[in-house]
Amino acid sequence: MSKKKLTFSLNYRKPRSQYKDSDELMICIRYYHKCNDTDKTKIIKKSTGVKCMLKDWNTDWHKTNDRAPIKSTDPNAKKKNKILKEKVKSFDIDELYSSVKNDSFSPYLNSNIPFGDLDKKWTNHKNTINLVSPANKRNIDIIVVGTGLAGGSAAATLAELGYNVKAFCFQDSPRRAHSIAAQGGINAAKNYQGDGDSVYRLFYDTVKGGDYRSREENVYRLAEVSANIIDQCVAQGVPFARDYGGLLDNRSFGGVLVSRTFYAKGQTGQQLLLGAYSAMNRQIARGKIKMYNRHEMLDIVKVDGKARGIITRNLVNGEIERHSAHAVVLASGGYGNVFYLSTNAMGSNVTAAWKAHKRGAYFANPCFTQIHPTCIPVSGDHQSKLTLMSESLRNDGRIWVPKKSEDAKDVRSGKLKPTKILEEDRDYFLERRYPAFGNLVPRDVASRAAKERCDAGFGVNKTGEAVYLDFASAIIRYGKEQALVNGEDENNNELVQKLGKEIIKKKYGNLFQMYEKIVDQNPYETPMMIYPAVHYTMGGIWVDYNLMTTVPGLYAIGEANFSDHGANRLGASALMQGLADGYFVLPYTIGDYLSKEISTGPIPNDTEEFIKAEKEAKEKINVFMNNKGSKRVDYFHKKLGKIMWNKCGMARNKKDLESAIKEISALRKDFWKNVKVPGSQDEFNEELAKAGRVADFLELGELFAKDALEREESCGGHFREEYQTNEGEATRKKEFQFVSAWEYVGEPKNAILHKEQLKYKNIEVKERSYK
Amino acid sequence: MKNFIATSIGKKFAMALSAIFLMVFLLQHFLINITSVFSADIFNFLSHFMGTNPLVQFILQPILIAGVIFHFVMGFYLEFQNRKASKYEYQKVRGGANSTWMSRNMIWSGLVILSFLVLHFIDFWFPEMNYKYVEFLPEDPNRYYEELVHKFENPIRVLFYCVSFILLALHLLHGFSSSLKSMGTNKTYVSAVKNLSNIYAIGIPAGFCFIAIFHLLSNL
Amino acid sequence: MRLTLKIWRQKNSETKGKIETYNIDDISPDMSFLEMLDVLNAKLINEDQEPVSFDHDCREGICGSCSLFINGRAHGPDRRITTCQLHMRKFKDGDTIYIEPFRAKAFPVIKDLVVDRSAFDRIQHAGGYISINTSGNTQDANATPVNKEDADAAFDAATCIGCGACVATCKNSSAMLFVGAKVSQYSLLPQGQTEASRRVVNMVNQMDLEGFGNCSNTGACEVECPKGISLDNIARMNRELVKASFK
Repeated sequence: MSKKKLTFSLNYRKPRSQYKDSDELMICIRYYHKCNDTDKTKIIKKSTGVKCMLKDWNTDWHKTNDRAPIKSTDPNAKKKNKILKEKVKSFDIDELYSSVKNDSFSPYLNSNIPFGDLDKKWTNHKNTINLVSPANKRNIDIIVVGTGLAGGSAAATLAELGYNVKAFCFQDSPRRAHSIAAQGGINAAKNYQGDGDSVYRLFYDTVKGGDYRSREENVYRLAEVSANIIDQCVAQGVPFARDYGGLLDNRSFGGVLVSRTFYAKGQTGQQLLLGAYSAMNRQIARGKIKMYNRHEMLDIVKVDGKARGIITRNLVNGEIERHSAHAVVLASGGYGNVFYLSTNAMGSNVTAAWKAHKRGAYFANPCFTQIHPTCIPVSGDHQSKLTLMSESLRNDGRIWVPKKSEDAKDVRSGKLKPTKILEEDRDYFLERRYPAFGNLVPRDVASRAAKERCDAGFGVNKTGEAVYLDFASAIIRYGKEQALVNGEDENNNELVQKLGKEIIKKKYGNLFQMYEKIVDQNPYETPMMIYPAVHYTMGGIWVDYNLMTTVPGLYAIGEANFSDHGANRLGASALMQGLADGYFVLPYTIGDYLSKEISTGPIPNDTEEFIKAEKEAKEKINVFMNNKGSKRVDYFHKKLGKIMWNKCGMARNKKDLESAIKEISALRKDFWKNVKVPGSQDEFNEELAKAGRVADFLELGELFAKDALEREESCGGHFREEYQTNEGEATRKKEFQFVSAWEYVGEPKNAILHKEQLKYKNIEVKERSYK
Repeated sequence: MKNFIATSIGKKFAMALSAIFLMVFLLQHFLINITSVFSADIFNFLSHFMGTNPLVQFILQPILIAGVIFHFVMGFYLEFQNRKASKYEYQKVRGGANSTWMSRNMIWSGLVILSFLVLHFIDFWFPEMNYKYVEFLPEDPNRYYEELVHKFENPIRVLFYCVSFILLALHLLHGFSSSLKSMGTNKTYVSAVKNLSNIYAIGIPAGFCFIAIFHLLSNL
Repeated sequence: MRLTLKIWRQKNSETKGKIETYNIDDISPDMSFLEMLDVLNAKLINEDQEPVSFDHDCREGICGSCSLFINGRAHGPDRRITTCQLHMRKFKDGDTIYIEPFRAKAFPVIKDLVVDRSAFDRIQHAGGYISINTSGNTQDANATPVNKEDADAAFDAATCIGCGACVATCKNSSAMLFVGAKVSQYSLLPQGQTEASRRVVNMVNQMDLEGFGNCSNTGACEVECPKGISLDNIARMNRELVKASFK
């Protein structure tokens, strides 16, 4: 087939004289002779997102003069045609046609990627999307659910632009969102260190780190705006670490070869969140943001197919409320708590995202979960949550287990101290397997390697599920350096130890202290014990380039969407993505949608749809309150967590996943029958809130397992035992180079799969190697 | 300015200013009194000067009295406000774990000092005012030392006097550095302030006690 | 471990509360304090009693949600930690533990051990920000160097997690450490200078309006602060307010 381009021309749907700005334009495809009508429908839907009206087109009505684009003979043609031209897109007809033919990607997913070269796409897009005038913004309401980095920054910026924002969080203050717990840092392609960093390199690292499962254009945009984030945050008063010259300091992070991570000790997330929170405060004071603390979103309300509002529960007095708006933005974070034990906060939940999914938003790549290698190991059954130790520790810590399994046994039983194991009896397995990156391999690789050693019987704590993270050699290295600087004897062991420990304390003091408080061991003297734990979920609600979900008017940003991290996220990229989405992407792209809403007027919240959704939410709560069950919510949550960890955790296989789907389904039935929720619904009732969240986790878990089952390859955080090399490395498959977006149709296991093919035009898809 | 005094920090600042003023006065008072240990003449000379100089009598003295009254009234007012702010009582509190007794009980040490001041006024100031401005007795530049010694003949009075000074010491141990903090001392001076505070807060009351006991013993 | 817990129970903000006594055993010293309460709640739910409500979220000492007054001290007996970081190994078998909410007039109890700390939010609304547009079109981040000492001091002040331990532990329920930390963070950075006067005046006024008490420099807040925020920040705020008022 020829390499002809498929182009659209845009025509007015009614005579030009009657045309208003807000009217829809008609899109015509000039070149589609090869396709039959069904394929044409699919192509049009896929490439434009517009429902097709073939009948109209065949009558050639669009060829009449008064509906055609203005001819170039008209002196004002350029101006008049501007709006039309901006909309013209082109596609490779062969590719489009063959993919529709083979149905290898879904006709119902249009990622709305703008035209042009990769590095121009975002600029072009910003130049051509529709804007809302300041006077009209005043009449438009936007709901933002969640106030973490993404939600907080989006709410602040939208309010700054002039929209009326209603922001919701379940915590008692926006400042408590779990973004606050991010420790290590935030990436930005500033190249302050002059070590060869660039927008392209950040883009490249992120795509490669994500194991080629992220959307190229989104990632490039992320890398492009990353530098702005740092400027913005510094101007906001975020106290990033600085060197003695007064300029910003950087550190390096796993999976990359440059230092591009900005940090504020081990509390970068906190400082950035407080920055976004302060921007919100400014808008709250101006009355542009109305803040609803201690409110949990229970449902999305759709009117005429568009997202128009949410139903919430006031967690203090139990009141169910209806809130309406012209658009809804979900920034409700990830769903790591489906594993019960994770580094997520106790309250982090999937409810908002899942409710959106049930109302028509596709859920993408649920099985892509990041298991973070450096967490404090589980100490017993009572454990309620896991604590992360920043990945930055891997800059100086060396990871090892004993070489001999009898040593490992003795260490486990407490007979042998790790410091007594000789250097040659230690297995620095990351350095051994990945000499190029060593201890700084990406998180998924490091986690699996630790699991592999523990499964082989070399684990070092009571449960055999821990490896050592050792700072002894870093202490000596720094100590000697410092002794030289001070002009002291570098062979004086005691002095070197003292100086080295001081440096380590300066760099990681708060982390070491945290470790000591939890484990009751002194990490300066004995190696730390770490084990991987669920940390972040790359999957999430499917969004297009504009961050809009498959429900018009419903947006998802931050960890709640799926777009930027592919199958594995690099360290210090979550903060970058949250803020990029919130500060610099969504506020522009949402205008494109809202420009069509300027004459809508206020959205009433007492229409049939709202009342129905409210009634459903109330009924669900009634079920919980009246269910005289016998088992606590936590019982089910823990059980779900066990299934997820054992069967959908770091390594998965067909048999386990199939049984997980069955088990979760059975557990869900048991839950609805036997769950016990104490207290009443019209008061502060944490058990009731938890019950609602766990109910959604029980559905998500099943979809998670199904997604993992259908993805018959290993990539990033998703490792299928069937698909690995002889050396135990992941085997990625070309035919799975797509995004799985699931459509809800009832039981999660019956969800319909839609595929969005991922194309890498600017980056060569290679075997990801860190050796 | 008006707004400043209306703020909590403004009040605290005013409280600190009055405290510093009173501490300067106390130092001056002490320096004059201590001369009584060495020389009755110097003491008489200084006392006479203070008692008769119109500048001291009609300008400094009223300012001092205003300062004392302000310090107490403000102290009570702030205490009242603070109690209102923390109207809920804990069932169990371990204040000692995180702060000194002195800092938590300024109101009580202050009240003891107030009652001492009442006694002190009855002892010295009222008779003095009576002598000078009510009965218009003739000036006697040598009467001060005798009067001082006479007051410290009674051991019970000396005991009460000393107890009051111990409480004053406690009050000052916190009050000295606290007043400087309220006025915003830079952290560079924190340890210097702390040392000065300890010297002042223990030294001055100890000195006053020493004077009282010295005269008590001399009288024996 | 076996423990006797004396816990403040209060139905809602309108009703009066009281201390209730609970006995609990099978507590492992490796548990965190909140996990111990989880065990208690599991027991209460199984016995058809209402579980104890308390605020908690991140459970790693950074979100500032947890707010328990344990045995007479905010965040319990250990130093430089939040309640969630307190471990049961700090207690002895057979101990009696008093658990109360953070109390202040400005922190009304919502239920049991949960209090309403939105007064802190309102103080921040009054001025806890730098008024710059969020467009990102500011100057380059390295355009204004900040000397390391100031940047570090600003960071130390900025580590405040807004838990309210300072208020809870202060005999005057004063919020000066909280406000002082925020004022300090911005006043130490060149970016915050432009509106420093307006900020400190507005924040202090709002603080007074919320009904927090005054500072008498007892220093209890500094000791109980889980992030070790220094009292020096209060002195700096005082200076800033004087500067702003007499300018």
